[in-house]
Amino acid sequence: MAHDDTQQHPLRVYLWAWLWLFILSVLSYLVDISGIEGLLKWSLITLFMLLKAGLIVAFFMHMIWERLAIIYTVLIPPGVLLFLAGLMALESNYTLVSRLTFFAN
Amino acid sequence: MVDTGSRDTSAPEGMQGFVADWSAERRVFNVPWGKAMMWLFILSDIFIFACFLVGYMVLRMSTVEPWPDASEVFALTVGGQSIPLLLIAIMTFILISSSGTMALAVKYGYEKNRGMTTVLLLLTALLGTLFVGMQAFEWYILINDGVRPWGNPWGAAQFGAVFFLITGFHGTHVTIGVIFILIMAVKVMRGSLDSQRPGFLTGRKGRYEMVETLGLYWHFVDLVWVFIFAFFYLW
Repeated sequence: MAHDDTQQHPLRVYLWAWLWLFILSVLSYLVDISGIEGLLKWSLITLFMLLKAGLIVAFFMHMIWERLAIIYTVLIPPGVLLFLAGLMALESNYTLVSRLTFFAN
Repeated sequence: MVDTGSRDTSAPEGMQGFVADWSAERRVFNVPWGKAMMWLFILSDIFIFACFLVGYMVLRMSTVEPWPDASEVFALTVGGQSIPLLLIAIMTFILISSSGTMALAVKYGYEKNRGMTTVLLLLTALLGTLFVGMQAFEWYILINDGVRPWGNPWGAAQFGAVFFLITGFHGTHVTIGVIFILIMAVKVMRGSLDSQRPGFLTGRKGRYEMVETLGLYWHFVDLVWVFIFAFFYLW
């Protein structure tokens, strides 16, 4: 692991990350044009999205070579966004039900 | 700039290192301050984009109108055949390519390879410009089709508002990134980072960590696009 300030890593690492980003992008595009629907489609899209995000953060942004202090500072706070998203999903579902009950047609 | 906060190389790793970094009486993050600040800026930007995307989720989930099908809305007709989402797919590949060239620019920067770093930075800026150009083209098509922030021909009126807000905000980030990359390319080209020449605006001495810090911003812009691509265009 890198102790010094500079982030020098072999070219190979970057090229592999790059290649996989291309492959994952092709795969997520294929999900769209293949016409897969429902839960399978959503889970595949989410899976490819998270893998791509992970590759970018870990290798291009050098996160796997950083110390835990900075990793935790950057990655843990966005976790509360999951809570926000969950809360708002409940809320919008309630809004939808109200609209269907009282306003639609 | 002298890194007064640097620790000796025997600093503990892992969880012990985490505790040591926070509890010792010295700088917590053992990185150039510009880089630590860029990470904190990115953290705040994550929250801004997340609020937009959560807002989009709320609008889409709560509307009683059907949401326009992105595959059809963003289809391009090539040779008389309609290919779904073609423009967006090309834009995605362009942005990923630019992220790759940026990562390599950072790597060659640390190797003090001025030529390669300059070329790769210019290539990154070129790809970024191409991306913004295609986004402008996409806006042009949609506006011609009658998409407005308050309505569109295909369904839920909120579609236009979300589209213009999110892609517009992202496109602005890309544009700002391109401008800064061009400035950095000039600095690298004329050797300002090797000679530690003070910057025009801030007076900070040039150093190659600056390329990495700028790279973090650029990769973040690519990262946001990954989420927009998945949630807005594919979902």
